[in-house]
Amino acid sequence: MFGKKRVAIVGAGVTLFRRNLKETGKELAYHAAKMALEQAGMELHDIQSVVVGSAPDAFDGVHMKGEYLADGAGAYHKPYMRVFVGGATGVFAPLAGWWHVASGKFDTCLVVCEEKMSSCYPHPQYAFTTIFDPILERPIGMNLIWIFALEMNRYMHKHNIKKEDIALVSVKNKRNALDNPIAQLAANITVEDVLNSEIMAWPVQRLDVSPTSDGAAAVVLVSEDVAKEVTDNPVWIDGVGWCIDSTHWTNRDLYYPDYVEYAARMAYKMAGIKNPPKEIDVAEPYDPFDYKELHHMEGLLLCKKGEAPKLTREGVTQRDGDLPVCPSGGLLGVGNPISAAGLMKVCEIFWQLRGEAGKRQVPGDPRTGVAQAWGDLMQYSSVIVLRR
Amino acid sequence: MSVKIKHYPGEEIETQDFREGKVLFESFKPKAKYAWSAGIAISRFLEELKNGRILASTCSKCKRIMVPPRIYCEKCFKPTDGWTYVKDTGTINTFSVSFIAADASRLKEPIVVAIINLDGASEGMGIVHWLNEYGDWREIKIGMRVKAVWKPPEERVGAITDIKYFKPIKE
Repeated sequence: MFGKKRVAIVGAGVTLFRRNLKETGKELAYHAAKMALEQAGMELHDIQSVVVGSAPDAFDGVHMKGEYLADGAGAYHKPYMRVFVGGATGVFAPLAGWWHVASGKFDTCLVVCEEKMSSCYPHPQYAFTTIFDPILERPIGMNLIWIFALEMNRYMHKHNIKKEDIALVSVKNKRNALDNPIAQLAANITVEDVLNSEIMAWPVQRLDVSPTSDGAAAVVLVSEDVAKEVTDNPVWIDGVGWCIDSTHWTNRDLYYPDYVEYAARMAYKMAGIKNPPKEIDVAEPYDPFDYKELHHMEGLLLCKKGEAPKLTREGVTQRDGDLPVCPSGGLLGVGNPISAAGLMKVCEIFWQLRGEAGKRQVPGDPRTGVAQAWGDLMQYSSVIVLRR
Repeated sequence: MSVKIKHYPGEEIETQDFREGKVLFESFKPKAKYAWSAGIAISRFLEELKNGRILASTCSKCKRIMVPPRIYCEKCFKPTDGWTYVKDTGTINTFSVSFIAADASRLKEPIVVAIINLDGASEGMGIVHWLNEYGDWREIKIGMRVKAVWKPPEERVGAITDIKYFKPIKE
């Protein structure tokens, strides 16, 4: 066992994901946290520590977001911290929660992720311009979609992948989201719809991209002793991994995310997983763009390099396939309130493993699942392996 | 998204509700300005751009020729110990044809941005810059050879934009 104590998830909560929500970030954090506690059958006084995850402050225009969200996240008079690793925050936050409990310092930790992107005008994408190097990159007018497009093009070139195959991910995830009650962009679309959608930054088109969203998610983590008291079906955090690549992103070959592989290997080693495609029953890789699901399946060692489009085309990644990928509907279908979207993926695996996913339930009584998020300048990955 | 949960909180509103005054709100426009020192390595790099040359730094341990240059090797975690010039020609590593500006507003004429692996640098050492004089954007290919188009010397200020853009070349 890693750490002093084994750690379980015993409750999860989410709000609706929408382009604009009337609630403030604090109010969204409260709703998700409260739901997670209720699902765990616990009260705030049972919680000994709180971790909040939230992505760039520039979206909210509030430059102390950890403190801003504290009351809503249930942190009043408790040990509290905010974590931020860009888009990878949503899966990193429960990893930070895991340290709190696995270290033996706390028996319980409430993990809350919130994002409110609608506050930034005219479009939150402009807030992303400040992530680039001020001397060499910002004078070029870098924008976020460009770096995805550069990576997607390199990936397509290296493996001779067609846009039609990548579009299948968007079709699948938006369709999966039809069965998700919180989803923002659930739809029945076709590959042609994706290929005919507006070109944003070639090869990225409108329907290759997840939306901007408001929303929150939360999970309750407890030690094994507490888990036995509060539930008959805990979901264990059996593997954690995280890794960063060089910030010199123009010096890397973007066709393959080896930092995802390093994070995955770390998590699999801890979980005792030797053959990920065989041993993992359900996966939620980060899919802010359709090609990213494929890229991350490869980084997560769920298939060989360049093979993810083939598995997608053959239906392996459908909800009833051999390896269901993004049964929630993913960021493409459910929405992308950045850190909340990552934690939503952890919630989805939690519910899938407990058999509570309803119409989204993957068949075959899944026992092991993996969720992953990705961020910073195409360089950070956080991975969590859950088991029941 | 559990069958045990019947209601998910969240009250949806529309962006136009702000304009039409249907929701109460406050707004704020930051006026902060910044000036960044270019630092030790990149200041030298920018000085050399004024001379029409592209500067790299070298690491005697891993033998890499690195551009943009840096004062430390992030792999060996030791000071870089040499400077050298690389060529202003190179190969397109990847590119994008953008119809959106930084604020997501739409452009009539696309901007083409590329990572260009420079000749003389270690394999895969690219910089990001614009591509121009490419004709039809659908003809741009990864692997195409390109060359820097410089501003005239009197117009150079020591900025990455002293290179106006890269253009395809035939060899």
